[in-house]
Amino acid sequence: MSKERIKIAPELFDIMPPEYQDLVEKATYGNETRGWKDIGSAKELIEEHSLCAGCPESMAFRYILASLPNPEDTVMVGSTGCTSLVFPHVAVHNIHSLFGNQNAIASGLKRALSVRFPDRHKDVVVLAGDGATVDIGLDMTLQAWFRQEKFTTICFDNELYANTGGQESGLMQKGFVAKMAPVGKTFEKVRLPEIARESGCHYVVNCTVSKPNLVEKVIKNAIHIAREIGPTYLQLYTPCILEIGKNSMEGLQEMRDSEKPSERFAYKEYVSEPAKELLTEMAAKEKERKAEAKRQLASQTV
Amino acid sequence: MATQSVIGQKNNKGQAFTDPRHMMFEAPRTPSFFTGSEVIKEAVRRASCDMMVAYPITPQSEAAALCGELFAEGYIGDYFRGESEFAVMSQCAGAAFGGARVFTTTAGPGTMRAMENFPMWAGARLPIQMIVTCRGINSPLSIQPDTLEISYLMQTGMLVWHAETAQDFYDWILLGYMVSEEPDVHLPLALCCDGFFVTHTKDMVDLTPVDMCLPPYDPYRSPVPCMDMECPPVRMMRDPFVMKSNYISYATHASWQQEVWAAVERSRKHTIGWMNGLIDTENTDADIIVVASGTAVSQSREAIDILADEGISVGLVKVKTLRPWPGEEIKEATKNAKHIIVPEFNVTGWLGREVKATVPNNERVHSGPHVCGGMTMPPEIIASEIKTILGIKVETLSGRGS
Repeated sequence: MSKERIKIAPELFDIMPPEYQDLVEKATYGNETRGWKDIGSAKELIEEHSLCAGCPESMAFRYILASLPNPEDTVMVGSTGCTSLVFPHVAVHNIHSLFGNQNAIASGLKRALSVRFPDRHKDVVVLAGDGATVDIGLDMTLQAWFRQEKFTTICFDNELYANTGGQESGLMQKGFVAKMAPVGKTFEKVRLPEIARESGCHYVVNCTVSKPNLVEKVIKNAIHIAREIGPTYLQLYTPCILEIGKNSMEGLQEMRDSEKPSERFAYKEYVSEPAKELLTEMAAKEKERKAEAKRQLASQTV
Repeated sequence: MATQSVIGQKNNKGQAFTDPRHMMFEAPRTPSFFTGSEVIKEAVRRASCDMMVAYPITPQSEAAALCGELFAEGYIGDYFRGESEFAVMSQCAGAAFGGARVFTTTAGPGTMRAMENFPMWAGARLPIQMIVTCRGINSPLSIQPDTLEISYLMQTGMLVWHAETAQDFYDWILLGYMVSEEPDVHLPLALCCDGFFVTHTKDMVDLTPVDMCLPPYDPYRSPVPCMDMECPPVRMMRDPFVMKSNYISYATHASWQQEVWAAVERSRKHTIGWMNGLIDTENTDADIIVVASGTAVSQSREAIDILADEGISVGLVKVKTLRPWPGEEIKEATKNAKHIIVPEFNVTGWLGREVKATVPNNERVHSGPHVCGGMTMPPEIIASEIKTILGIKVETLSGRGS
């Protein structure tokens, strides 16, 4: 979908809701250099969310939506959980169907879009919580990777079931006392990033969302690699401040504490050989684009 | 969006997109001797499917694999094996959300494993077609024919049809898309048959010309937006998902469920047009009428012949669609009957219950005989049941244990 397609007939413009008018006039569809820096100056693709005040998930949502390289042709797939409270406010088509089946939905969706639009890029991005990705949906998460389905899987890892009230999940740390883990979780946090690598993902990143520029970079890499090569996986720490006993303003510090070198969300990255080649090509093109822009700017100032 | 008709254009296999009325009712038919599984393949070959997802489970595995051959030949846009029926039905949903015409097959425990998907398909208005080759679902393990799973599908909001023969199957696969893709219907269809009896036996089936196929699915005729980022407004979540605890959200959910079931009812007029009614009837002036669906209809016909030879006149109602439920039609067809017999291939007698809930004076309804777990239903059992009801002494049938 180009911006052309959402344009409002002039006679009807004034009766459309202001947020839709903004979407037509100020959203960053079609802007190849869009990124987190547009937040605050352009129309964001997310409306006011209904998450808790200070929830890191809401920050992550904003950074991700600002960084999608091709939102005008991106369809997102969600799952049941806190994220599904946000998706109705997101200005790209998105699908909620069941709990845990998100990578199966995305497999069918991506293939259907490839059959229907063989000459165009239609990006598919899955965004689900850790219960959906690692527990109830693990089978479908892994099988999509085995099959080399060409879409990006993003896991918002808050290390528990947040929306149902803080129950133990597979990505919870060992020993954490939670609902359904009344004497503390008895087994280690599932090592999904390593499993993702072994399952055929071409780009795997484990990090927090404390740094918007980092989120932008990994989102763009993951989506481009998924489009051209094969499955990619991002595991992003978005702590549930409510369930770990923190206050609204403490989410950012919690992420900073958890990304220290010895901590479980220290930045980790895996890039397959074909993905490395693609990233090198992309970097060269970006360099050329910047150089060209500089040349043009110089010629104008002369 | 294309506004010109595609009728007459050819697909990449040289098949002409044909007006379905011409293709189904006027074009010459070729008699062919095929198994039910092969018939499924031949119907799908002419159905312009964009996507099929497959998974092995007896007795649908052969049909699912044969459709894979169609993909290899270029008749289906994409095809792959999923990892379980739950995943397969979600993969089908994803494809349908993305605007594809989708086909899949399953059976028995597979249907049960996938069950969470079916109300979601109906609520999301995805016109997926699923062939169900019914088999036993309960422990101890049985792979044999048994129609219990249909009773679960009947509460999902899907259209549910029950084919008797391979010919029904062939025609209904093609007509099924015409009904379920109507904008005022736009619901998934579970096209059921009795496993093995239909899938694994050979029968004469009249096929439509191989160089004709259905017009392609147009996802922009859907009553809800296609999730392909081609259609504004963009701030759109496809399912009516309102996870809030307030009256408006309850009302939204309630009205949407009512709308899904209203859409099931709206499919009547299309189904009647394409399939000449929701039921077929024979000799409904008789005092005794058998109401049946699936291969129980064939067995009932044999029983009716046996009884005719003895001077007992019995009529027949063949129920073709279970959802929508042909209540008025059955009421009318059985209005003069003193006895209504409902033979079934399952232990609970779900069809008998539906008929009892439909007709006045329902003490007339005799639910049975019931066979299950893969037992066959010899026509003699049906004849014997009817004679017992009439007070005619019958010899004990061997193996009945009575």
